[in-house]
Amino acid sequence: MTDTLGLTAERCIELLDAGEVSCRELATAYLDRIEAADDGIHAFLRTRRDAALAEADGFDRNGRTGLQGVPIALKDILCTKGEETTAGSRILEGYIPIYDGGCVTRVKAAGLVPLGKTNMDEFAMGSSTENSGFGVTHNPWDRARVPGGSSGGSAAAVAAGFAPLSLGTDTGGSIRQPAALCGVVGMKPTYGAVSRYGLIAFASSLDQIGPFALTVRDAALLMQVICGKDACDSTSVELPEPIEVPTAESLRGVRLGVPTDLLAQGIEPGVREAFDASMAAAEALGAEIVETSLPHAGYALPAYYLIAPAEASANLSRFDGVRYGMRLTEPGDTVHDMYGRTRAAGFGAEVKRRIMLGTYALSAGYYDAYYGMAQKVRTRIREDFTAAFADVDLVVSPTSPTVAFRIGERVDDPWAMYASDVLTVPANLAGLPGISIPCGTAEGLPVGFQMIGPAFAENRILAAAHALEGAIGFDPRPPAMAARA
Amino acid sequence: MSTNGWEAVIGLEIHVQLNTDSKMFCACANVFGAEPNTLTCPVCLGYPGALPTINGGAVDKAIQIGLALDCDIADRCQFHRKNYFYPDSPKAYQISQYDQPICIHGHLDVDGGRIGITRAHLEEDAAKLVHAGGSGGRIAGADSSVVDFNRCGTPLVEIVTEPDLRTPEQAVAFLGLLKNTLQTIGVSDCDMEKGSLRCDANVSVRRRGESAFGTKTELKNMNSFKFLGEGMAAEIRRQIDLLESGGEVRQETLHYDPQARELHARRSKEEADDYRYFPEPDLVPLEPSAETVRRLRDAMPELPAARIARFRDAYGLSEQDATDLNAAAETADYFEAVAKASGDGKAASDWVRNQPAAVGTIPPEGLAGIIGLISAGTITPTIGKQVYALLEAQPSADPAALVADQGLASIGDSSELEGMVDEVLAQNPQFVEQFRSGKEGVINALVGQVMKQTRGRADARQVQQLLRDRLQG
Repeated sequence: MTDTLGLTAERCIELLDAGEVSCRELATAYLDRIEAADDGIHAFLRTRRDAALAEADGFDRNGRTGLQGVPIALKDILCTKGEETTAGSRILEGYIPIYDGGCVTRVKAAGLVPLGKTNMDEFAMGSSTENSGFGVTHNPWDRARVPGGSSGGSAAAVAAGFAPLSLGTDTGGSIRQPAALCGVVGMKPTYGAVSRYGLIAFASSLDQIGPFALTVRDAALLMQVICGKDACDSTSVELPEPIEVPTAESLRGVRLGVPTDLLAQGIEPGVREAFDASMAAAEALGAEIVETSLPHAGYALPAYYLIAPAEASANLSRFDGVRYGMRLTEPGDTVHDMYGRTRAAGFGAEVKRRIMLGTYALSAGYYDAYYGMAQKVRTRIREDFTAAFADVDLVVSPTSPTVAFRIGERVDDPWAMYASDVLTVPANLAGLPGISIPCGTAEGLPVGFQMIGPAFAENRILAAAHALEGAIGFDPRPPAMAARA
Repeated sequence: MSTNGWEAVIGLEIHVQLNTDSKMFCACANVFGAEPNTLTCPVCLGYPGALPTINGGAVDKAIQIGLALDCDIADRCQFHRKNYFYPDSPKAYQISQYDQPICIHGHLDVDGGRIGITRAHLEEDAAKLVHAGGSGGRIAGADSSVVDFNRCGTPLVEIVTEPDLRTPEQAVAFLGLLKNTLQTIGVSDCDMEKGSLRCDANVSVRRRGESAFGTKTELKNMNSFKFLGEGMAAEIRRQIDLLESGGEVRQETLHYDPQARELHARRSKEEADDYRYFPEPDLVPLEPSAETVRRLRDAMPELPAARIARFRDAYGLSEQDATDLNAAAETADYFEAVAKASGDGKAASDWVRNQPAAVGTIPPEGLAGIIGLISAGTITPTIGKQVYALLEAQPSADPAALVADQGLASIGDSSELEGMVDEVLAQNPQFVEQFRSGKEGVINALVGQVMKQTRGRADARQVQQLLRDRLQG
């Protein structure tokens, strides 16, 4: 059957529509590839072969249309009814949700066939997937390197040909950064565009679910499925206009703003070269390139690392051993002893670090200096973007200052790890949509090109990204994976 | 011990469970007394990924409370997370309101005094813990504890007063009027036994005339009006004794033990009181529209405080009587029906206050009938009480018919009464002799004998007048 490496969702639909493959054959091809090659990648924590094939059979039997029968991978932070969901944490090992999250419900309603749940940094805290409680995920372009994070499993799954589509979550760059490092497309929608119901919360005011895909058009197809108001999430909203699958091939009339202050933040030369080459391609397509300014962008990272841990410290308090997940207790323990024992054993080091950071930032006497100040910075950054978008259509930059780094290289240096998010965090703080598309390689590793737009300008971003993607002509098949298959 | 020269300062914190159909942040039914853990969902169980959504009905009721207490209704308010670890809180934080409550700056007037309302805010109730074994139903030392999440997420409004109350009696009267007010506007059943009305008190004492507050203690677990009064009185005595013997009041939380009638210091949920409040990011700020507030204001029924004033003015009642009649909405409604049917507010007030059992059992027309028969002179007040007793046995009976059937009509002007007087005088020549020799007090013995014969169907003063006429004639 078809080689799934580099197989797009649109091509899957064509094959299914033409009857060249059945839904079962398509799902089987992906599952077989996962079985054959995921030992070396560890993109998945669990697959669900029997359930996936049963769902595929249903479409084969009853006829299908649209995205029905197209496989997808889900980040293990999305609650799936009756199927284990751990958020990459030992504390939730064996936890079986009693409900489907809002986004999962939409995915199932659209007829997409989930193949399994993907690896991630524990509770989405990390930029390398090394913080998973269940082992590291390897970059399909170079097994010695990280896939990025926190949605490293979902990014690696699409890059490695394990699924044509996947869902991740982006709190400070956790979709765009691994998309960049794995050479795939990743999009973070406007805050509120996708329901967070059933997304195990890391930082509630920043978290957003979004798609990974091999092409911008595939990402748009998945955006059509997941976007929209959910009565169960009062921060969700209906998009002002429906998502369109882009067709634009020109960038004529599009003003791209390069934030000079943001790009002063230590971009690797190889990344810079690939970015500059893509800017030249954009200009050739008719885009107008201008410099723009985000004067407070330099404060985004510190503000983010106060706000996100603060919210996380409350969000993660419910993991206390009382009702679900891990419980450790010794005879004679008080309830508080049990909390301490369970949380000490269940959480990894990075999660504990952030809980402590966040608890401190919210403490009486420190609130104004830390959390309060960070919120003020957040407002300034939002205003910076508003001012920038008065002049430009999209703000563009590399997605990550570096290509994929080596596994283990940054684990003992939290600040170096946090710096991976320097270019992605501002969009989260401002609640804005952003995309990362592959724009070439440096040292044989993919480089990501980020576009950020005004709130609810998803269609503008998708159209521009599609046009630029065509001009760049990136081959998303990792040579290492092609050799393995 | 004496309270001489000392003054208590009391502020109350009242938690009211709202009688909405569903819980504060999820669609689970808000019902008391169901099988444990049958009214739950991912949201109120705090399952990973679940999100709260605001119950608009609870917001309306909170606004109604604010309006009834003459509060300002915020046009924008915010929910906050109040963080603490305890098994009754499945998220380990309570969604509450902090520095932006929905209602602020109100008051409620009681017994002629104005009690300030600092704030009233919306929040969610915790789950119910039941501790087995150990001592006194406490978690410390219990063999095991179970959690019932049915109550978890029940909408609560917390009402905080200014420290304007000065005596336990005034505090109890305030809580009574507040309870009636909340019942009148229909936001809660305010049943203290079921915990739908709960009251904590902050109590301190100071030398009379001082303006600074003394160190306060917080009193909890006073789950009836009686215990509230007893608990505050005990704490005020304790503080005065302590200060008079040269001691100092320590700021602490005390629990009232109604059996022992004592207050015990108890370690609270968490030693440190740093709840690390921050704005709840899962909820957008709440912005009640002017239109909503206007609609709720227009639909507001007459409130007990206004009704007390109206009873006083329209029916000529004392402030105290009007307040007593408004201790409960049903009593006030019943009084008003009796007053209207009888046209005699004063008599209606006396009857309803003296016969509280009549409320809800005897139709107002029945009581009004008795009042009418008395004021028309058809029966005496004594017979009125007999007719009331008959009505208790058959509430729908017509008092006039009862009087006719039982021969209870007054015999004041009849020859029957004159005959009885003559008979008693004839039987008691010694009293007649004594009266005429100047010992007029013996007339009371004669009145008593006549009254006995009438079985209450005559007015004693009239009987005395008749006897006097005969003896002096």
